[in-house]
Amino acid sequence: MDGKLDWMAAGWPTEGTNTQHPRAGDIAHRDVPTCTLSEKLGAVRERVKAAGWDAAVVVNEQRVVLGLLRSKELAGHADLRIEQAMRPAPSTCRPFVSLHEMAHFMVEHSSESAPITTSDGRLVGLLLQKDVAGELRRER
Amino acid sequence: MPEEIRRDEVRRLVEAGAQLVEVLPSPEYEEEHLPGAIHLPLKHIDARATEVLDRGRPVIVYCWDTA
Repeated sequence: MDGKLDWMAAGWPTEGTNTQHPRAGDIAHRDVPTCTLSEKLGAVRERVKAAGWDAAVVVNEQRVVLGLLRSKELAGHADLRIEQAMRPAPSTCRPFVSLHEMAHFMVEHSSESAPITTSDGRLVGLLLQKDVAGELRRER
Repeated sequence: MPEEIRRDEVRRLVEAGAQLVEVLPSPEYEEEHLPGAIHLPLKHIDARATEVLDRGRPVIVYCWDTA
């Protein structure tokens, strides 16, 4: 098999002391709105707002992450296709990454959110920096 | 005969009764291992395999990654 790393990167359960603390995949929002490349920005924006979000992840049919729409991108012209409006190929992180590492990464890259994916790029959920900070405060 | 398998097949075989063995050193096993994995560090595998493992069931051995 591809080893423990591959299993963990898929977000599958493990046992051991590391599992006592929540990690990226545990607190990522699995209900983040998604859309496809060919949709129109206006329609996606309405759907995202109605769901109470200000971000969406662009995926293909296999839920492989292709791009990200944050509030800045969502504010674009309604007739734009998602392909034209999105931030393409965003940095993604694996579900097993510790929240300390995620906090460093997100501060360094000034990211309010980060898509969490499996090793083959499939969306697990969207991790929000405010949730990471809140969880780390609770752990102290 | 040893055969290389992917994670989906690991899950299927474990559900069917295969034994899962992690060969990494103790600290790494204690920190994190696959559910139900037996710990059999590589340097003890020859000496302890027959004592720890059931000859009648398939055995899946793993370490950190493919390397």
